[in-house]
Amino acid sequence: MEKVDVIIVGGGLAGLSCAYELADSGMTVLALERGDFSGSKNVTGGRIYLRPILPYLPGIWKEAPLERHVTKEVFTAMGKTNSTTFEFYSDRFNQTPYPSYTILRAKFDRWFADLVTEKGGFVIPQKTVDDLIIEDGKVIGVKSGDEEIGADCVVAADGILSFLAEKAGLRKPFQPQHFALGFKEVIRLDSKTIEDRFRLGEDEGAAQLFFGSLTQGMMGGGFLYTNKDSLSLGLVVGLHSLNLKEPREEVYKLLDTFKERPEIRNLVRGGEVIEYSAHLVAEGGIHQMPKPYTDGILLVGDAAGLGLNMLFTVRGMEYAMVSGILAGRTIKKARGRNDFSASSLAEYEKLLNDSFILKEMKTFQNTLSILENKRLFTKYPQVISDLFENVMWVDENPKEAIYKTKMAELKKEFLNFETLKDWLLFRKI
Amino acid sequence: MKITEKLALDAFKNDKETHILLDHKICHTCKERFCIYACPANLYSLNEKGEMVVEFAGCLECGTCMIACIYGSVKWKYPRSEYGVQYRFG
Repeated sequence: MEKVDVIIVGGGLAGLSCAYELADSGMTVLALERGDFSGSKNVTGGRIYLRPILPYLPGIWKEAPLERHVTKEVFTAMGKTNSTTFEFYSDRFNQTPYPSYTILRAKFDRWFADLVTEKGGFVIPQKTVDDLIIEDGKVIGVKSGDEEIGADCVVAADGILSFLAEKAGLRKPFQPQHFALGFKEVIRLDSKTIEDRFRLGEDEGAAQLFFGSLTQGMMGGGFLYTNKDSLSLGLVVGLHSLNLKEPREEVYKLLDTFKERPEIRNLVRGGEVIEYSAHLVAEGGIHQMPKPYTDGILLVGDAAGLGLNMLFTVRGMEYAMVSGILAGRTIKKARGRNDFSASSLAEYEKLLNDSFILKEMKTFQNTLSILENKRLFTKYPQVISDLFENVMWVDENPKEAIYKTKMAELKKEFLNFETLKDWLLFRKI
Repeated sequence: MKITEKLALDAFKNDKETHILLDHKICHTCKERFCIYACPANLYSLNEKGEMVVEFAGCLECGTCMIACIYGSVKWKYPRSEYGVQYRFG
């Protein structure tokens, strides 16, 4: 069996970041990617926040093929036939280094893989890893088809379904409660039209989230991100609520229904759909995190369950990149000790705990219980939109006093035990 | 736009053998058919004999069916090296 120092399974953000950290360390590092190229199996909404990553990976961003820096945050609460939108802009979003960018992974990861190669790492595409080689309880290599490759340390960067974490005995069985399905269309639209339609300056971007009637009572929401010359439009739906939905309807149809809404139709008009993709999103937060190491193996990124729904945004790519770097640092130290046992690799967990990743996952550990509240996706967006509709509505009847009548309605809707409970729950984040 | 038209926009390299296997004994007793409603590519359907079938060729490789099927009928793995969907935008 051929042997290298480190095998990284998965050439996405976590795996590539780990490979980048190790590429000039003198160790032989192999990153095995199952797609035709890095990024070809990856999907994001999506938007990446740069500031959390910069302290760990400062030098690479100037040439990075990112899309637009986000200057505008838009939230839309959707009723059945109406909607309320809140739009937020800040000069701080428009100052370098820009805090977040929209991103297309097939472009970005491919570029990042080239960077790893330039630095001395090896990224091998079209290599699906089928199994771990385990000897006396220690991971000593991987199997891909008929091939076996040995390594002092294996890094499982094989994504949210991480079969390697399962084979290493680290991952808990899958539960629908801990996952959401994200699926989207990429819609080509020229950059001038995007900037005019979304009222953006050159290279500026918008991030829009939708919640309410579009998910038909299910946990989840919609998203719309402006790329350079395309839009990413999609939905995220919790698998548990998808399984429970009545009446039954194929989930893919929801995106078409959403797209027909005037709020969306007028934004995507004239655009050409150029890709349709789907991916799972981790919703379980810290509760579904496996132990991220054992003898001879480390888990990074989605494979380590590092994803977080923070309600106003979903995080994962920053966690992937920084956990990859931290795994790389751990491996360098373990090399110094020439010890890749669990006790030596345990340092990785400490680094994760001390980083923003686990701190955020602890702070937002209760978001799942908030998201399980159906009223968030049904009642509240509808009530808010109906209120504004009634305020704005003028017809042949004399208009009633706004404060008196609407306050009475609002009191009825919001001054009750259920809303009090929801409010108390909200205070947990 | 039909779902088959959407899938036709994606680049696929299809293997001869499937990477999704169903346990028909389990499917036979299933009433809910979670897979049909959860698959974003609409690849699950009942054939004329009333048996569950899955068309692996348009698979977006999300793994949703495997997790949505709480009865454990869906045996799902990644397509072999060189096969499956190849996203150009992602």
